[in-house]
Amino acid sequence: MKDKPSFDVEVHHVTRVEGHGNIYVSVKNGTIERCEWAISEAPRFFEAMVIGRQWNELHHITSRTCGICSIGHTLASLKATEAAMGITIGEQDLKLRKLALHAENMQSHLLHLGFLVLPDLMDVGSIIPLASSHPKEVKTVLRLHRLANEMSNMICGRTTHPQRLLPGGFSKIPTMKELTALRDRLKAAIDDLQAVAELFRSRIHKFPDFIRETEFIALTNPKEYALYDGQIASTDTGTAPVNEYLLFTNEYIVPHSTAKWAKHARESYMVGALARFNINYDLLSPLAKKTAEMFKLKPICHNPFMNNIAQLVEVVHSVEDSIKLINELETAGLRSQPEYYKPEVKVKAGRGVGAVEVPRGILFHDYKYNEKGVCIKANCVIPTNQNHANIELDMKALLPKIIDKTPKEIELTLEMLVRAYDPCISCSTHAIKIHFT
Amino acid sequence: MKPKVAFFDFAGCEGDQLQIANLEEELLTLLGQVEVVSFREVMKEHSDNYDIAFVEGSCTRLQDEDRLKQIRKNAKIVVAIGSCATIGGINSLKNYQDLDEVRKTVYGDKAYLFDTYAARPIDAIIPVDAYVHGCPIDREEFLSVIKSLLLGKKPDIPNYPVCVECKKNENVCAFERGQFCVGPVTRAGCNSCCVNEGTICWGCRGLVDNPNENSQKEVLIKYGLTVDEAIDKFKLYFGWQERKR
Repeated sequence: MKDKPSFDVEVHHVTRVEGHGNIYVSVKNGTIERCEWAISEAPRFFEAMVIGRQWNELHHITSRTCGICSIGHTLASLKATEAAMGITIGEQDLKLRKLALHAENMQSHLLHLGFLVLPDLMDVGSIIPLASSHPKEVKTVLRLHRLANEMSNMICGRTTHPQRLLPGGFSKIPTMKELTALRDRLKAAIDDLQAVAELFRSRIHKFPDFIRETEFIALTNPKEYALYDGQIASTDTGTAPVNEYLLFTNEYIVPHSTAKWAKHARESYMVGALARFNINYDLLSPLAKKTAEMFKLKPICHNPFMNNIAQLVEVVHSVEDSIKLINELETAGLRSQPEYYKPEVKVKAGRGVGAVEVPRGILFHDYKYNEKGVCIKANCVIPTNQNHANIELDMKALLPKIIDKTPKEIELTLEMLVRAYDPCISCSTHAIKIHFT
Repeated sequence: MKPKVAFFDFAGCEGDQLQIANLEEELLTLLGQVEVVSFREVMKEHSDNYDIAFVEGSCTRLQDEDRLKQIRKNAKIVVAIGSCATIGGINSLKNYQDLDEVRKTVYGDKAYLFDTYAARPIDAIIPVDAYVHGCPIDREEFLSVIKSLLLGKKPDIPNYPVCVECKKNENVCAFERGQFCVGPVTRAGCNSCCVNEGTICWGCRGLVDNPNENSQKEVLIKYGLTVDEAIDKFKLYFGWQERKR
């Protein structure tokens, strides 16, 4: 009879993820004694930092929660401020904001797929050796990533920590000429994306065939594949207005994490590309659905590793939907606005919640302002926090299935599981809990 | 032999390391000139044998000081990248509040589990040889600093205010538009990128070495603004620098 295995796996700071997280596994005589996903990132206290700050500074400050999804944080922040003060934005600004969000989703997903996930599929430690072994593929990924960054730059005035997005509108907008040039490049990018999809399909066997049923939560909207706006939807309990987010997120503290954890109808839930795919599949663009078919990906998929493929599907959707948005802007005729535009805002007291689907899932910002427009309370619930519990439960379910592999293989598989969630740990340790009464 | 370089991060958003990934094609060229031996965000391999260490993020707790000191010991050259590392950055906003209260607000009765102290730039802990300022850093400036270091030269970082670049770009002054701007005291080098996009300078590159306080006061008087308003805006990025002054 085979000996029962005894080993420890300690990954102190999982690599190729954003921020600092550790995996601890201890197995004695075939019994799992410890299987933990721990967060050691230094906490940053954003919700305390914004107290006392003006309404027109909050999006600038909270953008700094995350370098990778700074556009998403800015948009959630603006929506919360706008909801609190009853500020509305026009149809043109709405479309431009949607383009900004598409640009960021593309940038972030491509960074994750190309720089962080691809090395696992190609049996190397980073993209660096791939640059010489697979120069064509690496250059294709880089070219797509560049396009997404230039798109962010064109809409937001910067690739990271946007400048043009303001409560009530934009300080500056792109010209129609810039937008049509962008549209040409987006159309040309479809072939590049096809090549990336083929590359992933050829290596898809590297993802374990692992299923653990869980609850998925994402925004949903009957009119479109929800990213910028919608209601909260759960695969377990149905839909609810964004203002009721605290009933979904239920954050709690665990001693082995500087980030907060969350749970809803079950012990854990999942947010992100796979959650959105599972809930809003019908509203994906035609080419995005075709890309999903390439991988036999269908809702509802309970394999967390397929979050990677859902991201790829979403990149295709973002390209197609961006082309559509630019067409609509062209048809309506792009209205110009004065230089250094500062939207008129009537400052008033109030509370507002903003929810946006950012690359890693549903993001909530919730602010309370006094009559002078000074922030007196703030709460931000970050996608990765909502995923931490699900990651750990997946680890606990996956480990017994792979326990006979070598500790090195186990380590890699668990790391790949964590990476599949594309965790953004800097975000998730932005930290805080304030309950509104 | 190619110089060995390593990247590290402390409390920050990793937006500066993202700018390095954002070099894209130029990153491939850079990789021809240096050997990256540690970069947790993009590679699995790690080595403590490196010549140049790039550090992002502020130091915000005692337990992180040892890791910084070890990096200093291992590296010949330490470069701070991004506002959090160069000046303390947006993290230093919390320095204006009672830190015990801050921890309690965030973690309630579990506050004792989560250590924190006033956010500070890394040169508050270890000597730093070069700086790439900004929130986030500018990709071109990063390349220019790394080129200087590889050539054994001191990087050329402006020590005049953002207003100089802003005027050259023919922007309408933010004060003339009725907004408050910290460009007059903020270190240039960003080509006034935020004002060019229709907003204001927020101060992310930190104070110039000798900010001209009298001329800042003149600006305030001219536009009917108060010192309190100025101090309030200074808090966004200058928290640590002001405390030292």
